[in-house]
Amino acid sequence: MSKPKSNKKPAIFFVTKEREPLFSKKNRGLLKDPLDDNNPITVQVLGICSALAITVQLKPAVVMTLSVIAVMAASNVIVSLLRNAIPNRIRIIVQLVVVASMVILVDQVLRAYAYDVSKQLSIFIGLIITNCIVMGRLEAFALGNGVWKSFLDGVGNAAGYGFMLILVAFFRELFGSGKLYGFQVIPDSIYEMGYENNGLMLLSPMALITLGIIIWVQRARNRKLIEKN
Amino acid sequence: MNRDSNSYTFGFAAAMVLVVASVLAFTASSLKDLQSENVRKEKMQNILSTIGIETDREGAEKLFNNYVTAQLALRNDGTVDETVDAFSDIKLAIEVKKDAETQRFPLYVASVDEATYYIVPLRGSGLWDAIWGYIALDEDRNTIKGAVFDHKGETAGLGAEITQQWFMDRFVGEKIFDTSGDLVGISVSKTNNDPNDTDKDDHEVDAISGATITGDGVSDMIIERLQHYLPYLKATPADLAYNN
Repeated sequence: MSKPKSNKKPAIFFVTKEREPLFSKKNRGLLKDPLDDNNPITVQVLGICSALAITVQLKPAVVMTLSVIAVMAASNVIVSLLRNAIPNRIRIIVQLVVVASMVILVDQVLRAYAYDVSKQLSIFIGLIITNCIVMGRLEAFALGNGVWKSFLDGVGNAAGYGFMLILVAFFRELFGSGKLYGFQVIPDSIYEMGYENNGLMLLSPMALITLGIIIWVQRARNRKLIEKN
Repeated sequence: MNRDSNSYTFGFAAAMVLVVASVLAFTASSLKDLQSENVRKEKMQNILSTIGIETDREGAEKLFNNYVTAQLALRNDGTVDETVDAFSDIKLAIEVKKDAETQRFPLYVASVDEATYYIVPLRGSGLWDAIWGYIALDEDRNTIKGAVFDHKGETAGLGAEITQQWFMDRFVGEKIFDTSGDLVGISVSKTNNDPNDTDKDDHEVDAISGATITGDGVSDMIIERLQHYLPYLKATPADLAYNN
């Protein structure tokens, strides 16, 4: 795959020639930044739709996270491997095909080994294809960077996405059904005192509000995310 | 090599399609057994849940064999076709397209604690795609013991709500025959003024807002499927002795 570079696209990251350690500061940044400073959901506001749809309970959120990590890591690696072979004019199509086939693979595997979860996630697994984060990272990162960096970038961004899913799902399941990961955590005695689950937490609007509160807290804590104007 | 030439682009696309197709085909065929096993157990689980037996998928097969005493493939006239296995031979999706004379109608008879239940598989169309389910009738072959519905692609949050327990629970206790003995089925109604479904003699359950067409699909599916079972359901116990 090491053909002479005729790539005219501006390289986004300059790749140094000497070997850098696997987890150099820059590489760790690729993993870490999307979790906070450059979170796909709270900072770039990508992938919101699925964040609203599958965060009623923790379990689907966790499975969705794992699926997105698998899809993004694998497709980033594949596109990065092919980056010098992909014809420029059809690169978006190639990216789509790569993502779509990864998604179908994940879907098939879930159907065989985690049937209930696959039923619960139903169309949302298929909709990973349309998740802007996936295509965005392929186009912006994997096409111009090496395999290892692309892998880290994929895992990092998917984890950043999943972190938010799980956080939102945590609050929605706790206050919406009094459970966590399917297990009841709010004791019966509190219900007997007149406590009620908040049905609104189960509906999508509360996911958006929860997300808004998370963005608020994140920006209060991390001052550099606050817009200047 | 010129990566911008037409021939390279076409060549790359063709090679990509070939590789992707073979990988996906290989995965699909190697996982097929596991997947259809899941579907089979889920079917048992669904049938069991209409008669009030909740189980996980793993335990479904054992309980199914325990409780389901007969799996009948009925002809349109109510007699049993012994050559057909109701559970595995009849694919309702294909079967419903045939005309009534050549169709075989699967019926499961279950007995739990001395009580006998008749479970009728359903299949029809919702708004976007197929909907299906099972409905269990009590010993009187009139009162609904339980129902379960599923769908392929109804709108999440609207039509897809038919799979929710609260919707399926509304059917419990409703009757499919009116007082004069005619089959009326159960209508998913927007005008029954009975949101809690306390009136169990009106042959109606409360509809879901925003899911009119899916709801109508459920009503149609119930009456369309049940009418084929009339000869069996209306048969006297003496006739049934011959059938069983």
